[in-house]
Amino acid sequence: MDTQSIDPLMKLVQTLLDGFAVGGMYALIALGYTMVYGILKFINFAHSDVFTLGAWVSWGLAARALRLEGAADAGGTPVWAVPVVLLGAMLLCGTVGFLIERLAYKPLRAAPRLNVLITAIGVSLLLQNVGQLRVVFGPYPKSMPALLPDVTLLYVAGVRVPVVDVLVIGLPLVLMLGLEWLIFRTRVGLAMRAVSYNTQTAALMGVNVNRVISFTFVLGSALAAAAGFLYALKYVGLKQPADTTWVMLGLKAFVAAVVGGIGNVRGAMLGGFAIGLLEFLGVAYLEPLYRDVYVFAVLILVLLLRPAGILGRAAVEKV
Amino acid sequence: MSAAAHRDGPPAVWAHAWRSGAPLLVAVGVGLLMHFAVQPAVGAFKARVLVDIGINVILAVSLTLVNGFTGQFSIGHAGFMALGGYAAGALSYYGSYQLFGAAAFNGGVLSWTASQGPFHGPWVGGGDLLFVAACLVGGLVAAGAGYLVGLPSLRLRGDYLAIVTLGFGEIVRVVLQSTQTQLSQAAEVAATPWPLLTLKLGGALGFIGLPFYTTLFWVYLAVALTLTVAIRLKRSSYGRAFLAIREDEVAAEALGVHTTRYKVRAFVLAAFLAGVAGALYAHLVGSINAGELGFQKSFEVVIMVVLGGMGSVSGSTLAAIVLTLLPELLRTVTGSVNTYLPPAYELPDLRMIIYSLALILMMILRPQGFFGLREIWDWRVRRRPRPA
Repeated sequence: MDTQSIDPLMKLVQTLLDGFAVGGMYALIALGYTMVYGILKFINFAHSDVFTLGAWVSWGLAARALRLEGAADAGGTPVWAVPVVLLGAMLLCGTVGFLIERLAYKPLRAAPRLNVLITAIGVSLLLQNVGQLRVVFGPYPKSMPALLPDVTLLYVAGVRVPVVDVLVIGLPLVLMLGLEWLIFRTRVGLAMRAVSYNTQTAALMGVNVNRVISFTFVLGSALAAAAGFLYALKYVGLKQPADTTWVMLGLKAFVAAVVGGIGNVRGAMLGGFAIGLLEFLGVAYLEPLYRDVYVFAVLILVLLLRPAGILGRAAVEKV
Repeated sequence: MSAAAHRDGPPAVWAHAWRSGAPLLVAVGVGLLMHFAVQPAVGAFKARVLVDIGINVILAVSLTLVNGFTGQFSIGHAGFMALGGYAAGALSYYGSYQLFGAAAFNGGVLSWTASQGPFHGPWVGGGDLLFVAACLVGGLVAAGAGYLVGLPSLRLRGDYLAIVTLGFGEIVRVVLQSTQTQLSQAAEVAATPWPLLTLKLGGALGFIGLPFYTTLFWVYLAVALTLTVAIRLKRSSYGRAFLAIREDEVAAEALGVHTTRYKVRAFVLAAFLAGVAGALYAHLVGSINAGELGFQKSFEVVIMVVLGGMGSVSGSTLAAIVLTLLPELLRTVTGSVNTYLPPAYELPDLRMIIYSLALILMMILRPQGFFGLREIWDWRVRRRPRPA
């Protein structure tokens, strides 16, 4: 972003644009955190690595797709590349999410939450370091090939809005509408809400709890993959899988889930955009070095002042 | 107490002094032994590995106080280490300028690493006192931060607290990495007032040029004291209060344990020890960089505690030793395997993959860790007595 001598309105619009773009990604990741928390009551630490996986799988698929088409030399990108890469990444990450739940978390269904948290940290480290292997993605940063042409769609107050930004802001909105419909209008969604409300009662009412949990993991992982795809598309430069930046992005998304009210799907969406905007407003108008500090400061404030989040309901601990 | 007073023997005051002083004497003895007997015997490389083991033991045992005894889950331990290292480094670096005119070694034979050549000088130099003061200040600064981090634990449980500690560690990293460039001219240092010097800690490049003081003596002195504190704490009423909080916070509170106070105390003590470890580390390497002390370092310590046993001092000590040696072992193994493999098929660094798999399997098969709450010596008692 060019910060020299631009007029205040342009700066504001650009900041809001950046904030909404990254906020949409946070929201998509936060949905996975919040849905898993709603049902299993634990923080799926490995979720940020599913997001990383999504970005890297997008890179792999995009590189392959362009090679198939010979587009690197021809200059054109095939039209089908964007949906194919996106769906491929979502499918693959959904599978990985399913496997993580089956192999690592399911054996611990009855264990204390702390054990599940430690397992999640283990899964997270495993995904990062397997991703670093040379046979997988390798230990070096890569750059995402351009799937979309660098076309300007419109100007808002003099700020250029490329087609990438429209996709990055639009796709999360579309996916979130889809998720709203899924959770509040379908039988699966009803089952998810029932399990989240009271697992045992839901099981007594004939809900297959294990299947609902698996479905939740697949859904959350697919959304994280979509966020990863958008990240790769917008920011192009992908750090190696075990790099700190990935975990920081995932953590900020988690903060978004907490700020919105963990366990609350609409809260996660709201929190995602709030955190994205806060981060970029802080960078633009305060000290850019402290962009991570703002987010964690908000987390600590929310946890101390309103632990249930913006939309959450306070739970009373029963003895 | 009254029973002891009736018994024959030294007066209670002396017994008390002995109970407090003996560990210090033993610790100094251990340190001297490591410095003058073990170091010349094992050579420079192995001595360095021993130092790394010692620092990791301090970190693991200190985290055991929070994660094991008290049942809180902190994953920001490297943040305390970084704070301690920077605070100690600031004192010894700028203090050396003020006292000796340059940030150079000014200690005695106890702080001299044998691999640097022969040493002719006093037993204890002025620099040693500065170094000890730096370690204590590092610990105290970290302890202050531990107090701040402990406060949210009044309201937060389990995974929320984990996230807050992680966030704390990252905030520490970012703040330390955005400090100003350090001064390296004696005249500049002399012209700058103290409060401003504490802001000039090298920023993103790390805080470099610290004098080397950390030797096997200092590290194992600290290790012995840390172990004493941890083991005695576990048996004391304090330790039982910690363990009560771990088992059931509500029940502990009902029995009169001031849970918030004890949780904050656990954090403060653990942070102090981690700060000392950071100070030792900074004066071992001669520099400290917050970028290297992010959550990955914190996770390493967590892994030691979890694998060794949540609440076992000896277990986490053992885990720290094994997990410090493991990378060296793995490096030799993969190195020798790789000589037979073509470059494209060489084995990568498998350390973290093994750790993470161990973590997952441990949680599924033996969630309390190898030793659980037990110590190694408790283990033997449970077995049948050995034939005489």
